[in-house]
Amino acid sequence: MSQTLAYGSALREGFHHLLSKHPEVFVVGQGLWSPWYVGNSMTNLDKEFGLERVIDTPVSEDACTGLAIGAALYGYKPIVIHPRVDFMILATNQIVNQAAKWGHMLGGREYPAVTIRGIVNRGGQQGAQHSQSLHSWFAHVPGLKVVMPATALDARDLLIASALYEGPVVFFDDRWLYEDAEPYAPVRHLDLAAEGPKAIREGKDLTLVGAGWSTQQCMIAAKELETSGISAEVIDIRVLGPSDFSAVVASVRKTRRLLVVDAAWETCGLGGEIIANAVESLDLGTFLAKPKRLSIQAAPAPTSAPLETTYYSTVKAPNIVKTARDMLAKAK
Amino acid sequence: MTPSICPTNLGDLEDSSKYGGALEVGDTPRAWLKDALYRMVLIRVAEEKIADMVTAGQIVCPAHLAIGQEACAVGVARFLRGTDRAFGTHRSHSHYLAVGGSVDELFGEVLGKVTGCSRGMGGSMHLAAKSLGFAGSVPIVGATISMAVGAALAAKLDGGKNGKDFDVGVAFFGDGATEEGTFHESMNYAANFRLPMLFVCENNLFSSHLHIRLRQPASCIARYAVSHCVAHEIVDGNDVVAVANAMGRLATRARSGEGPGFLEAVTYRWRGHVGPREDIDVGVDRKKGDLELWKRRDPIRRLREALVAGSDITDADFDREHARIRALVDDSARRAEAAPYPEASALMDLVYPNGGKPKAVRKS
Repeated sequence: MSQTLAYGSALREGFHHLLSKHPEVFVVGQGLWSPWYVGNSMTNLDKEFGLERVIDTPVSEDACTGLAIGAALYGYKPIVIHPRVDFMILATNQIVNQAAKWGHMLGGREYPAVTIRGIVNRGGQQGAQHSQSLHSWFAHVPGLKVVMPATALDARDLLIASALYEGPVVFFDDRWLYEDAEPYAPVRHLDLAAEGPKAIREGKDLTLVGAGWSTQQCMIAAKELETSGISAEVIDIRVLGPSDFSAVVASVRKTRRLLVVDAAWETCGLGGEIIANAVESLDLGTFLAKPKRLSIQAAPAPTSAPLETTYYSTVKAPNIVKTARDMLAKAK
Repeated sequence: MTPSICPTNLGDLEDSSKYGGALEVGDTPRAWLKDALYRMVLIRVAEEKIADMVTAGQIVCPAHLAIGQEACAVGVARFLRGTDRAFGTHRSHSHYLAVGGSVDELFGEVLGKVTGCSRGMGGSMHLAAKSLGFAGSVPIVGATISMAVGAALAAKLDGGKNGKDFDVGVAFFGDGATEEGTFHESMNYAANFRLPMLFVCENNLFSSHLHIRLRQPASCIARYAVSHCVAHEIVDGNDVVAVANAMGRLATRARSGEGPGFLEAVTYRWRGHVGPREDIDVGVDRKKGDLELWKRRDPIRRLREALVAGSDITDADFDREHARIRALVDDSARRAEAAPYPEASALMDLVYPNGGKPKAVRKS
C-alpha cells in the first residue's frame, strides 16, 4: 500500500470500492473504455468489472443521465460520468427537472439514488466550452446535493457516500487536483446527509473559504500567510444542499474576517451566498473588515495564453494572499 | 437496385372518415374484451368527471384529457405486469387507470389531497402506481423516455433471472415528443444495447395546437423506428384489439431478449390539449368537422358494437355497467373532495430523502 494517495487515484479507489462491494452500483458515461477521457480516475475498471457495469455510451448526455435515473428507481445505484461539466449541460433537464424533483412531486415515496459526476476540466487553452464549473447552478436547485471534494480522501470517501446516498447527487471533481496527494488512510464510511462544510486548517486572524480546487488554493495561501505571521483558518465547503454554513459562521465569529474564494463566476454565485449567510448570522460588529469574495471574471474562458493566465489569476493563491493582507491591513 | 422505401405517411389511419365500424375481435378472449371495454369506460367516465370538475372550478391544476384515446392505454396494458416499468406523460390518467390505478387516488391527486397516489404533491401530471407497473409521469415532453430505457436496463441487469423472461420498460409518449432529441438518443441506446424496452407513441396528430403536418415532413412516426433499427408496428390506436395484439408481439420479443419494440397507435383526442373544452385548439389546423368524424372512430362504441353483435353483451348490460362505473367515479370524487390536504410540513420534509436528516453511518 502506498503511503500517500493522490486525488485521481483516490477517485479510482472509490469506484473500485463501490463496484467491488455494491453489486447495485454501475457506472455509465462517455469515455469509460478510453485510457484518457477521465484522467486516471477510472483506469481499467471496465476490464476488472466488465462492460455491463462500466458502460461506455453513445454521445447522448441527456438519455444516459435519464436512464441512470430510471435504473435508480429500480434498485440500482448508478453513477453517470460527464467528462466535462460543459457537456453535462445537455443533461440539465434530467438533473434539474427529473432527478431533483422526482421524490417531492411523487409524494416522497422514492428518490432516485443516482450520482451525476461532472468533471471540471479546464486550463490548457481549452476555451469557453471546455472550462466551466457550474456548481452554483445546481446548488440552487432544491432536491439536489452538490458535492465538491477538495482533498484526495474526500474525493474517494465522498464519492462512495454519494453513490450510497438515497437521493440524487451532483458530484464535481476537478482535474487540476488529480495529482494532489495526502497521507493514505482507509475508507471512512460517511453518511452524505451528515456531511457539510468543515474547517480543514485552524487559524485565528482570517477565515478563507473554498470549494473543490479553490480550497487547495486557500490552503496554499494560508501557508504563505503564515510566513508573515497571519493565521488563516480554511473552511472547505465539500457538500452543498441543503446548505448549512454553520461551520463558516463559527469560524468567522472567531476570526472576524471572511474571504471566500470561488473558482467560478461571481453573479448569483457561491461566494455571495456564503457571505450573505455570514452577514445574516453574525452581528455586523463582528467584522473587522468587509467580507470579500474572489471569483473568476465574468467572461467565457479564453484560449489565448496571456488572457487565460489573467482569467484564473484572481482565484489563485497569490491573489488570495494579497487580498488577505489588504483585509488585515485595513483592520479596525 | 431499387431504393427501399421507409413508411412515411399514415394513409387511411389518419383519415378521419375511415375505420368507423365495429371492431374485428377475432378469437380474442371474450373475458378480456369485456374487461377492456369497461376499463375504457372507466377512463372515459373518470376523465369526463374531471372535465366537469375543471369547468366547475373544483379542479384547478392543469388536466390533460385522453378522452378518445382510451384504447391505446388499455390495449398496451393487456400485456403488462406489475413488475414492468411504464412511464407516462402530462396526459396519463388513461395509463394510470389502464394498469389498475386506484380511482380514489386519482381524484385525490388531481385535487391535491393527501389521499392521492402522489400524496397530493403532484397533481394530474404526476401520477404513479408503481406496484401495478406504472412508475410515474411528468409533463416535460419526452423526459421519461430515457428513464424508461433505464428501467429496461435495470431489468436487463437483473438478468431475467432463473430462466424467467425480462420485465420491460415502457415509455408512453405523443407524436410531439418525437421532435425532442432525447427520443432519438433513447431509441438509439435501447437498440444498441438490445434492451427489453417498448416505445409506445400515441400519435394523436397534434402537439398541443399544431398538426403534425405543420411540424414534421411526414405523419408516420414509426419511420424513426426504422432508422434506429427497432422493430415496429403501426396500428389504429382506437382499436383496442389491434393495439393489444401488436403490443403482445413486440412485448414477446422484448421479454425474450430480442431487443426493443416501437408501437405507433394512431388516435385523436377529443378535448383540447389541456382542459375540458373541445374547441380550444381549433384554429391552426384542427377543424371542428374533423372532430365529429373522429368521434365515429370511438374506441368504446366500436368494441361495444362488436360484443353486442357477437351476443357477448347486450346494450342493457352495457348501460347497467356504465351507470355502475359512473356511480363509482362520483363516489371517488366525493371522497377526494372530503379528504384532507397534505400537512404543511410536507413542503420541506419531502425535498430530500428522510427529510434531509442523516441516518446511522453505514457499514459496507
